[in-house]
Amino acid sequence: MGSVPLRSVVFVLCITPFIGLVIDGLNSGLGPDPAEQVMGRSGQWALRMLLLTLLVSPLRQWTAWSMILSCRRILGLFSFFYASMHLASFSHFYIAWQPSLLLDELIRRPYIAAGFTAWLLMLPLAITSSKAWQRRLRRNWRKLHRLIYPATLLACLHLLWQARSDISESLVYTVLAALLLAWRLIPKKGSKGTL
Amino acid sequence: LDFTSPEGEQFSSSEQKTPYADITAYNNFYEFGTDKDDPARYAKEMTIDPWAVEVSGLVLKPGKLNLEDLLSGFDLEERIYRLRCVEAWSMVVPWIGFPLADLLQRFQPLSTAKYVEFRTLYRRSEMRGTRSFGSIIDWPYREGLRLDEAMHPLTLIAVGLYGKTLPHQNGAPLRLVVPWKYGFKSIKSIVSIKLVDRQPATSWQSLAPREYGFYSNVNPAVDHPRWSQKFERRLPSSLFRPNRIPTRMFNGYEEQVAELYRGMDLSKYY
Repeated sequence: MGSVPLRSVVFVLCITPFIGLVIDGLNSGLGPDPAEQVMGRSGQWALRMLLLTLLVSPLRQWTAWSMILSCRRILGLFSFFYASMHLASFSHFYIAWQPSLLLDELIRRPYIAAGFTAWLLMLPLAITSSKAWQRRLRRNWRKLHRLIYPATLLACLHLLWQARSDISESLVYTVLAALLLAWRLIPKKGSKGTL
Repeated sequence: LDFTSPEGEQFSSSEQKTPYADITAYNNFYEFGTDKDDPARYAKEMTIDPWAVEVSGLVLKPGKLNLEDLLSGFDLEERIYRLRCVEAWSMVVPWIGFPLADLLQRFQPLSTAKYVEFRTLYRRSEMRGTRSFGSIIDWPYREGLRLDEAMHPLTLIAVGLYGKTLPHQNGAPLRLVVPWKYGFKSIKSIVSIKLVDRQPATSWQSLAPREYGFYSNVNPAVDHPRWSQKFERRLPSSLFRPNRIPTRMFNGYEEQVAELYRGMDLSKYY
C-alpha cells in the first residue's frame, strides 16, 4: 500500500468514532444523559489515539516498515481532536462555559488540572504538526514534540484519579502507556533519537 | 400493582417525570457492572423468585418476609420523588411502595435500636460485576440509616415503578428510597435488614470516607471532592439542552427533614 492510500485508511478509521457519536446524537442513541456518553467516549478515544501515536516508532523499528511514520501526524492530530471535544463537552455540560467555574475546578480538583494540562501540552504539538513548522523548528521540533510523554502520563493520571470503584480499565491503559514509554528508554543502535 | 395516591405535596411532584424507558435504561447497580447500561443488560441474570428478606438484630420478633408477603402484606402507594445521584444527575420517579416504618413496626424494634443496616443480595454466579478483577467494593453492598431517618414518612420501600413491579435493574424485588439523600443510599435488592445500636459501616463510606459520608444528604453547599454538587443534570438531558438546574438543599425536602439534623454541622456530617 502506498503512503497516500494508507493515510486515507487511517484517516477514515480515526474519524469513525466521531461519526458514531454524531449518528448516535441524531438518533437519541446517546441515552438520557448524553453528557456522560460524550465525555466518556471522547476521553477514551483521545487516550487510545495517543497510545497509537506512541506505537508508531516501536512498530517501525520492529517491522522496518517506514511508511507507517506518515500516519503518526494523523493519529496525533486525532488524539488532540478528541481531547478538545472532551474539554468542550466538559465546558458545555458541566460548567456552562463559565471561565470562573473552570478556574474553580482546576484549583480544587487535581484530576481536572492533570487532564487540562495534558490538553495544554498537546496544543503546541497540534499547531506545529505541519511540514512547514517541522522545517522552521528544525532540531527543536523533535525536542518540542517530546511533550507527548508528559501529556500521556498526565492523561493516565487523569483517568486513574477518577476511577471510583473499578480500576481495571484505567490500569490497562496505564500499563500500555508505561510499556510504550519504557521502550523509549532502551538504548538503540545507530539511532539518533526518535519520538 | 394496586396502589393509592396519598395526600400531601411532598409525596408527589408537579415536575416532569423521567420516562420509564430512561429510568430503566440508565442505572448504577455495580453488582452488574459499572457502565450505566450494564444493569439493564445483565441484571436479568439475578433470580428474584424465591426471595426472602431477613429482619434481625434489636427487634422483638426477628423473622423473614418472603416475596408474596411483601407484595400483598402492605398498603401500596404511589410516591413521585426526585432522585438525585451523587454523580450530579437527577430524575423524577413514580415509585410504588410502602413506608419502611410499616415494615419495621411489624418486627417491633427494641428501644436500644438506633440504626438500621441493609444488605443487598450477593450472588457471584448471577452478578458479573462482583466478579470483575478490578472491583474494589467489599461485597455485599451495605447501607445504613439512623432509626429516625428510617422511620420518617418519606422513607419508602419500593416494589414498583410506573404502576408495574420493579425491573431487575432498578433493584427488584424491593429497594429502599430515601429521596433527600444521594441515590446510592437507596440500596437495591435487599436481603437483610438489621437493627443495631451503632452506626453501621456502609460500602461507599468504607471505600472513600472523604468522598462519601454516612449521612450523604443532598447538599449543594458541600462539594464532592472531585466535582461540584451545586448543579445537576435533570434527565433526560440532550446535547443542545443540557437541562442543568440548581441542586436544592435536601433535594427539595428541607421542610420535611431538616428537623432530623437540627444542631448538626452538615459539612462535618456530610
